[in-house]
Amino acid sequence: MKILVAVKRVIDYNVQIRVKEDGSGVVTDNVKMSTNPPDDNAIEEAVKIKESGKATEIIAVTVGEEKAQETVRKALAVGADRGIHVKVDGIIEPLAVSKILKKIVEKENPDLVFMGKQAIDDDCNQTGQMLAAHLNWPQATFASKIEVNDKSLQVTREVDEGLETIEVNTPAIVTCDLRLNEPRYASLPNIMKAKKKPIEQINASDLGVDTNPRIEHIKIEEPPKRKAGIKVASVEELVQKLKNEAKVI
Amino acid sequence: MSVLLIAEHNNKEVKPFTLNAITAASQIDEDLHVMLIGSKADDVAKSLSEVPLVKKVLHIDHEIYENYIAENYTAAILKHADKYSHIICSANTFGKNLMPRVAALLDISQVSDIIKVISPDTFLRPIYAGNAFATVKSNDEKKCVTIRPTSFEAAETTGGSAEIEKIDAADQNENTKFINREEIKSDRPELGTARIVISGGRGLQSGENFKLITDVADKLNAAIGASRAAVDAGYITNEHQVGQTGKVVVPDLYIAVGISGAIQHLAGMKESKVIVAINKDGEAPIFSVADYGLEADLFEALPQFLEELNKLNTIQK
Repeated sequence: MKILVAVKRVIDYNVQIRVKEDGSGVVTDNVKMSTNPPDDNAIEEAVKIKESGKATEIIAVTVGEEKAQETVRKALAVGADRGIHVKVDGIIEPLAVSKILKKIVEKENPDLVFMGKQAIDDDCNQTGQMLAAHLNWPQATFASKIEVNDKSLQVTREVDEGLETIEVNTPAIVTCDLRLNEPRYASLPNIMKAKKKPIEQINASDLGVDTNPRIEHIKIEEPPKRKAGIKVASVEELVQKLKNEAKVI
Repeated sequence: MSVLLIAEHNNKEVKPFTLNAITAASQIDEDLHVMLIGSKADDVAKSLSEVPLVKKVLHIDHEIYENYIAENYTAAILKHADKYSHIICSANTFGKNLMPRVAALLDISQVSDIIKVISPDTFLRPIYAGNAFATVKSNDEKKCVTIRPTSFEAAETTGGSAEIEKIDAADQNENTKFINREEIKSDRPELGTARIVISGGRGLQSGENFKLITDVADKLNAAIGASRAAVDAGYITNEHQVGQTGKVVVPDLYIAVGISGAIQHLAGMKESKVIVAINKDGEAPIFSVADYGLEADLFEALPQFLEELNKLNTIQK
């Protein structure tokens, strides 16, 4: 069984976002970047499945500018066997990414495609479902548990009401929740070894996919600021304030 | 052209977030049709027809829709989507799972999780966990849009009398099977729509200690939330998680207890009307968004809080 894992390079989750003054976007110069957190869970799950003997190869793929390759390199350091970097500059929407990934799937014929359920930059939560649609494959989104069977998966999904379990026949797409597993850190020897693993570079333009944005970003601005609050000295004061000042209890 | 909203329901009742999405959809275009895909859900069709903002209910009734499967819903929607300018649903786990599948097959770049309708093609949506707001204009001819439910009022549910039209089902997708759903039944208000939410974090130190939160929640008729750290640690189940990848809540009162206030948690609650933070670390980032901060040990503060609440003659419910 072959698993393709899609990863995205985003501003690190610990960075406090700054909006550019001209309203054109957020500051990314000299800002720490890393792999989208749930994409780390996707890689980890693929590696665990391979370690259990149920998968034979893991391919990590990313779509993005030159430096996006770092996320593939990181995936190789934690256990992916080889990488693919589809190069494209500028903003690329989930719809275009899903079309590019479809081309990669057609070329590689994986049995499973894993990725994070949502990227923490644009917060779109679309790519996995869109890829599943293009391929007419089943989708198991927001996965917090995956059981691999012979020709199917049993996936526990985190939904608003609690947990839902579905069974999908393979090939299938799974989008991963942060609670799926605990991503491992790459060891130094594995980081060194990863440098020798191959990363194939493909230009998005060579895949025949239209990557022009369909959505115009008219303005990016800071959200309205909350006005500063106060510290109360005691529980008694807190309750009085809530009752008489805020009038919420 | 009309707009089409996809209803979320359990074959017995409409889920509350659909009512918020109806309000947003009607701001895009008043000629709002609601599609109900279900099995033996006539009661739901009737209640949707009574929502005054709804002009027509399209009801697809077939046993294959007894449980919500995105693949089956998508096929049903595509069969009837031609004549609509917009396809809309709520941006909760229901709509997040469904809409991109529909959008991709219509070759539409979806606009996710909008918090404001500026015009029929231009919307406001949060990005980077709500640390930036983007005004975006969709240049696709048809639009697929998901609505952040807490940013719109729920639609009125009585007084309307829309026509209910029965329409055809689509073929079943055989590759996805529903197995089961573990729903945790609770008498408390739903987290997404509660007037008061009290949330616990890692500071609670154990699942048992969440009783301190529950006691106050009972007194205030509040819903119970949690930080991701508390859910990850197994103190409480996932449906309580508030944050960027959990639920977004906008109650009148949000009480954060033992929660440090990571960016990802703030994303889910910082639009609340009044925020209270109880934390023993005076430097915790949660205090930067709190209207009332109490620097205290929660194990002392929560029982005292309950005691003070008990002294009040009346508590708003």
